[in-house]
Amino acid sequence: MIVAKKKPLEEIIETLRTYGKILILGCNECVTVCEAGGKKEVAVLASALRMYFMNQGKEVKIDEVTLERQCDHEYLEEVRKIVDQYDAVLSLACGAGVQFMAEKYMRTPVLPGVDTCFMGVTQERGVWTERCQGCGQCILAWTGGICPVSRCAKRLFNGPCGGSTKGKCEIDKELDCGWQLIIDRLAELGRMDDYEKLMPIKDWSTERAGGPRKVVREDVR
Amino acid sequence: MRLQYPSSIRIILLPCTGKLDLIHLLRAFERGADGVYAVGCMEGACQYNSGNLRARKRVAQAREILEKIGIGGDRVQMYNLSSSEAPRFVEIAEEMTRKILSLGPSPIKLARKRMAA
Repeated sequence: MIVAKKKPLEEIIETLRTYGKILILGCNECVTVCEAGGKKEVAVLASALRMYFMNQGKEVKIDEVTLERQCDHEYLEEVRKIVDQYDAVLSLACGAGVQFMAEKYMRTPVLPGVDTCFMGVTQERGVWTERCQGCGQCILAWTGGICPVSRCAKRLFNGPCGGSTKGKCEIDKELDCGWQLIIDRLAELGRMDDYEKLMPIKDWSTERAGGPRKVVREDVR
Repeated sequence: MRLQYPSSIRIILLPCTGKLDLIHLLRAFERGADGVYAVGCMEGACQYNSGNLRARKRVAQAREILEKIGIGGDRVQMYNLSSSEAPRFVEIAEEMTRKILSLGPSPIKLARKRMAA
């Protein structure tokens, strides 16, 4: 899922300073799983903000709605009838959701409430780690299911660098060397001959480096 | 035991403090409560294993938020006691009442009164 983390309350308060009627819009998918922008987080944030503004002597209307997703037209349409009541929308969705919301409702300021970080997994409750960088050309079949693009600090494609020490990366003692993980996994799978094969030079144009991307499926249009 | 404790305390019964969510604490303050405290089983003796540990973390989260918005983190507190310790219950009630009286009324309560007037 897309992992995001809550923005500091002080920052959110600063962006909402000039608005009198605010809608806090949550998302029921990724940000709910990483406990940053789901229904519960919307309720907590709304309550905290109401109390903050009350304490400041400012009358601010803060409403709460959580949509199923903010990256699909159908779900964003659900707020079409109510959005004009508000001066601003604070969206707790990931960057994609905030932008889509802003595109759909051009006359309403849409502000982000979370910092979107990466595509990752729930390692354990409260710990989310990066797994995928969306390079557009998945090679996990040849690396035992471990990605050298996202898990190797240098994104190397043919084995570890000289900095790999005792299975850890040279940039951080706590960080596993991606290639050590790959070698261990390939050994367990009995596929070390895959490791011996040289990978061709990667075409990075399918990655973000090639510009904003698009996926089109003509067969479903 | 017919012990007396301060009448300013309103008790809300829960099957376990683990049922207490962060939003419950915040909403109490939003509606004008001067202080909230959670009383759970002794650590290690929770009837549902770890409910009281979760409550402790949630109370800590509430403290942080209340501090940031200017209400004061001291208004919320977690206590642990065994259900047989009636004198300790009274002690906690008196301690909390004293603390809240010294902190004064909640700024939210005052703000709500001003807005209603």
